[in-house]
Amino acid sequence: MNEPEKQNVEAGQEVLDKLDKFDELPDAPPKRKLKLSWTGKIATMIVVFWMVIAIIGPFIAPFHEMDMDGDDSFLNAHSNEYGTFYLGTDYLGRDTFSRVIWGARMTIGISLAATFLAYVIGITLGIAAAVKGGWVDMAVSRVNDAILALPSIMLGLIAIAAFGSSIPILVIIAGIIYASSVFRIARALGLDIMVQDFVEAAKVRGEGLWWIIKSEVLPNAAMPLATDFGLRLVFVVLFISSLSFLGLGVQPPQADWGSMVRENLAGLTYNSWAAVWPAFAIASFTIAINLIVDDISAKSGGSLAKKMV
Amino acid sequence: MMLQMTLRRIWVGVATMFVVSVIVFIMTSILPGDVAQIVLGQSATPETLAALRAELGLDMPAYLRYLEWLGDMLTGDLGTSKAGGAAISDLIGGRFGNTMVLAGLVAGISIPISILLGLWAAMHPGSWLDRTVTFGTLATISVPEFFVATLMVLILAVNLQWLPSTALLRDEMTFFELLGGLAMPIITLVIVVSAQMIRMTRAGILNVMNSPYIEMAILKGIPRGRIILRHALFNAIGPIVNVIALNLAYLVSGVVIVETIFSYPGLAKLMIDGVQTRDLPLVQACAMIFCGAYVILILIADIGSIVSNPRLRHPK
Repeated sequence: MNEPEKQNVEAGQEVLDKLDKFDELPDAPPKRKLKLSWTGKIATMIVVFWMVIAIIGPFIAPFHEMDMDGDDSFLNAHSNEYGTFYLGTDYLGRDTFSRVIWGARMTIGISLAATFLAYVIGITLGIAAAVKGGWVDMAVSRVNDAILALPSIMLGLIAIAAFGSSIPILVIIAGIIYASSVFRIARALGLDIMVQDFVEAAKVRGEGLWWIIKSEVLPNAAMPLATDFGLRLVFVVLFISSLSFLGLGVQPPQADWGSMVRENLAGLTYNSWAAVWPAFAIASFTIAINLIVDDISAKSGGSLAKKMV
Repeated sequence: MMLQMTLRRIWVGVATMFVVSVIVFIMTSILPGDVAQIVLGQSATPETLAALRAELGLDMPAYLRYLEWLGDMLTGDLGTSKAGGAAISDLIGGRFGNTMVLAGLVAGISIPISILLGLWAAMHPGSWLDRTVTFGTLATISVPEFFVATLMVLILAVNLQWLPSTALLRDEMTFFELLGGLAMPIITLVIVVSAQMIRMTRAGILNVMNSPYIEMAILKGIPRGRIILRHALFNAIGPIVNVIALNLAYLVSGVVIVETIFSYPGLAKLMIDGVQTRDLPLVQACAMIFCGAYVILILIADIGSIVSNPRLRHPK
């Protein structure tokens, strides 16, 4: 290797070194690293815990959700020949602990399914309205305004009176009702992005509409929509469990946190906590999600926190 | 200008109500399918089906049925209940008053509490009091209404035994007997509704506190309490009026849960019973009343902010 060649290699190495330290350059783009406060970390642990329980719950629960093995109804913690009832029994002598674990799958599963449905409907229509504009935008937006103008629980009650209640119907009703708020956000984001220079450039390059949506609009709308997912999920959990609590959601004997509170309300006067545990389960899940969302939005300018209030 | 904007807003409200009535009608009268088929079930023959359809007016096209239904609603004829065949207006009569009493008491208690707590929290941002209020209200709006109700029953009725665990309502009660009898539903609703209002009052005031003229006042050395009461509060009144009306609208969904849990004989309980027995005419009537109340409260919120904000009155 002669001298000039060696210099070239060294210069090249220097450039490579600099590239490695690209993130540390003074004008490097800010890193998208999420740092949670300690409340945020605890909240994340709680949410992950419930997600895991929702998946593996039925395999680790000591009893089946319908086993009536307790000595009597509304007992406190005790054990008999079938096993130990850590949180006592409910109004039919079933193990409250196992039913809370089974209920996680039902409550979280339905809510997640409904929220995903809301996102699919909301983003599709929202982006379509933003991209197409004109009468498509007008028509969808007006219907959407009417749905948003009503309390969700009222819409839920009317729909259940009309169609009866089953799990698929619950998912569809909640999906459609909450799609309206996703639509509003997706449309606003879409409108914002469609007038950006890079979309203009893509149009001039002659890219098709679908390519622009897929490669420019969706990636840029993804982050704000993902943060909003948490908030939407909380609303859906509250909506579904309120309906179940009214006896119009998940039907017995299946375990669901909302309906478990309703079934065991009478036990409160006998000092039984069978109604309180599932209520705590809902509260811990929803408060934890809200704390995470609060933490994230506090770091990103607080626009989401404002949307929440 | 202000009158014009208010009138335009009222017109939007009327239009919203019209769309709402279309939605309610489509969902309850068209989507469930052929009511005659459902009523007759297996025993349906083509002749009996046709006869029942004619009797129920189902042989008319949907838009005519809708217009007739809307006309009946507007003239106060709410139809007859499927269960028992009683006139729905009779069923609703007293129930409506009960719900209004509950809502009125809750509004009267929660509005002053929320504004005071919101102001207090905004005066000392970052203090332990502010943090307690912020976390407490966030926790309250994150949990379902029945969680608050269950907790209240457990603490106040079961453990401390201060209050009855259900609502007591008789004729001829004095005002204080009424307050005592309705204590549990009132406390629950006040907590649920206030949480939202406190957050929004606090946010509204803190928002105003960021503006340059407040900075000027701070630099002049005016005490913080005086700045908030004399300078910030008046500019925050618009948002606060808005918040109050929005949250009274939020009462609509709170009332549904609370009336059920405390078996309070109100309109919401009637509606839930109607949904359970799938008494569609009853559900239609109750839904229209609730949605109407909701739309009117939102309308008041918007008019409130138009009136209190000169910049909205004179758009550029």
